[in-house]
Amino acid sequence: MPAATFEDLAMPLFDQLYNFARWLTQDTTEAEDLVQETYTKALRGFSSFQAGTNFRAWMYRILRNSFLSSRTGLRTTIPINTEEDEMLLPANSTTPESVLIEQADRETVQHALADLPVPFREILLLCEVEEMSYQEIAETLTVPMGTVMSRLFRARRALRDLLRNKNEEGRHGL
Amino acid sequence: MGCERWGDKLGAYADGELDRADANAVGLHLRECAVCAADVLDQVQMKRSVQMAGRRYSASTDLRNRVGELVASKPRRQTGRLWKILLIPALAVLILSVAVSLYVKRESARRHGVYSELADLHVAALASATPVDVLSTDRHTVKPWFQGKIPFSFNLPELQGSEFTLVGGRVTYLAQTPGAHLIYQVRKHEVSVFIFQDRGEETASLPSGPVHVLSFNVENWSQNGLRYFVVGDVGSEDIEGLSRLLRAAG
Repeated sequence: MPAATFEDLAMPLFDQLYNFARWLTQDTTEAEDLVQETYTKALRGFSSFQAGTNFRAWMYRILRNSFLSSRTGLRTTIPINTEEDEMLLPANSTTPESVLIEQADRETVQHALADLPVPFREILLLCEVEEMSYQEIAETLTVPMGTVMSRLFRARRALRDLLRNKNEEGRHGL
Repeated sequence: MGCERWGDKLGAYADGELDRADANAVGLHLRECAVCAADVLDQVQMKRSVQMAGRRYSASTDLRNRVGELVASKPRRQTGRLWKILLIPALAVLILSVAVSLYVKRESARRHGVYSELADLHVAALASATPVDVLSTDRHTVKPWFQGKIPFSFNLPELQGSEFTLVGGRVTYLAQTPGAHLIYQVRKHEVSVFIFQDRGEETASLPSGPVHVLSFNVENWSQNGLRYFVVGDVGSEDIEGLSRLLRAAG
């Protein structure tokens, strides 16, 4: 029966969903409201959830859609145009990026993540923190697989640029 | 120029999204191309940094209770006695299977995390300008070098008559725990041996045995309170051969 199954399936996702909501909203109260709204909507719509499809992606999709329609979501989301045409070029390794990343401490990476536009921040969190497959991310964001790959590529490049800038700022500040 | 064809595959390789054939092809290419190997290393390090940085926020107990109550408050459908008789065992099986699958998935993710980190340490050491801090083929030089640097001691095997050569060693860390990282050579391939105390949460409950991670073969076992990992891109028979020598010495 849906009621019992929903609790078993949904509660193990609670901590991850809150972390994701907090990163999206950048605010504790809004994140709490968003998680509560997500569970309310999911519970209401669980009877229409199709067994055999990805429950985790479904929950994240509800959370994300709720966020996008919230005041903060509408304010912070920026459109990403022409990303389907993005070429996935190999990273130009003329600079030792790994040294740059090794030097960046956890706090610096957290600041850089927070500074990223929401579409980049959310796809990095889904891929690296939630360890979702490309297929799951595509289901969560309701975009084609090609878009997942190109957006991930752009998000990682944007994060590298931010880390490089923060690294240089740090050096000049010394 | 030959790297252009690999450009769009390196990211998917680091993300573990390639099928076996493509992953093997990229793995072979990485052995020959320092530029692409550095690119993949960079991507793996970036993934790990974001993973660590991204696990940041914890929900309040109050919110957890509120959501828990909300979820539990859904009225259950009234059903007949027969249904209840059938339903309870079915639900028990369902809950048990969900719990088991979640546990297995979590354990699998944890194990995969340890192995991936060791593969990173292996690649990072080989890509480094100074792969070892003590450079010697003599085990009687390498072993004493670790004294005072790590909180345990270990034995290294006599390699005469085998295909393996000791290159040297360095201190390494797995989940903030110090350990020994030794590098051996076999037919121009480098193989890493990691030794840690077998009491950290990360390693203590790992099942011993061979695994295949990111195109690397990994063998691990526990012996005399120490956890050994042998990691390399050589065949499983070489990994097993070196493991046998280490087991005999330990």
